[in-house]
Amino acid sequence: MLSALSLFRAEDGEFSPPSIFEFYPEIVAFAGTPFAINRIMMIRLIVMVLLIVIFWLWTAKFNKAVKTGNVVPGRFQLLGELALNFVRKSIAHDQLGEKDGDRFLPLLTTIFFMVFGMNITGVIPFANIAGTSVIGIPLVLAGVAYVTFIYAGTKKHGIRFFKNSLFPSGVPKPFYILVTPIELLSTFILRPVTLALRLLMNMIAGHLLLVLCFSATQFFFFQADGLLSLFGVGTLLFGFAFTLFEILVSVLQAYVFTLLTTVYIQLALADEH
Amino acid sequence: MDAVNIAELTGNIAVVGYGLAAIGPGIGVGLVVSKTIESIARQPELAGRLQVTMWLGIAFTEALALIGLATPFIFV
Repeated sequence: MLSALSLFRAEDGEFSPPSIFEFYPEIVAFAGTPFAINRIMMIRLIVMVLLIVIFWLWTAKFNKAVKTGNVVPGRFQLLGELALNFVRKSIAHDQLGEKDGDRFLPLLTTIFFMVFGMNITGVIPFANIAGTSVIGIPLVLAGVAYVTFIYAGTKKHGIRFFKNSLFPSGVPKPFYILVTPIELLSTFILRPVTLALRLLMNMIAGHLLLVLCFSATQFFFFQADGLLSLFGVGTLLFGFAFTLFEILVSVLQAYVFTLLTTVYIQLALADEH
Repeated sequence: MDAVNIAELTGNIAVVGYGLAAIGPGIGVGLVVSKTIESIARQPELAGRLQVTMWLGIAFTEALALIGLATPFIFV
């Protein structure tokens, strides 16, 4: 109904800016059941299948290269080695060290490639909306990160993990009245909330900016009259620039999400706070 | 026409709220990046590690602006 409304307004010759209803597209299949699928859900499923296929092909290539002793990688294999090594060397090993880094590597790799895959659909033509621009996936990933760093801490320090993070040492006793609530809020509540919100809001803002630029271009070119339509050139250029910016943002958000998860695990594993 | 009503604004006050919420993080991200550039200029060999720390600092600071972006959806 809402899309019909905006269509009507567009025909009226009036500019209709994008709204939050961009993120509630029409349901295309299984309407009425809990498994109702809309455009965003469909994009997520396609990305999931693509990721599985790509990783399966990479594994096959790596295995073949090891078996035949072929040390010169092809283009596809090289891309895989670079991407996987980036997560392993410059995120996991840098922050956690070799031993703990390799322990948590499968999780970190999954988070990185999942966030990147779901983000990049925001600029891919015909998909044009990020799989992470609805709260579901950021929430799940933030929940996984939350459980993981608490698991890492309690596995290593036992119940002392909570004592260390709520009552940091080196603070005079009376100050715990001030410090403990702040630590509780920042460590156990704000960490997962900001992880999820950061990813979600970056993707929402990016999508709204792109829609604004391109719908303004459409409006200026086809509905505005006279010299006003020259503005369309400007908005089109802005839209192109923001598309490039969105590619950067989707890589950056994948990096930041993985890096923050790693840092939280590292802080939980650290001996004294 | 009402004589007192000189200028009438229509729209959502949340827009002004987000504008205010973006000031602090804007200054904060600027400070983080400028200090990183300064430190890299002093010690270029530490550039890699400083950049990682810079991204962390940006991520923490930027979260405030994004919370500002999220609140109108939740509380309005």
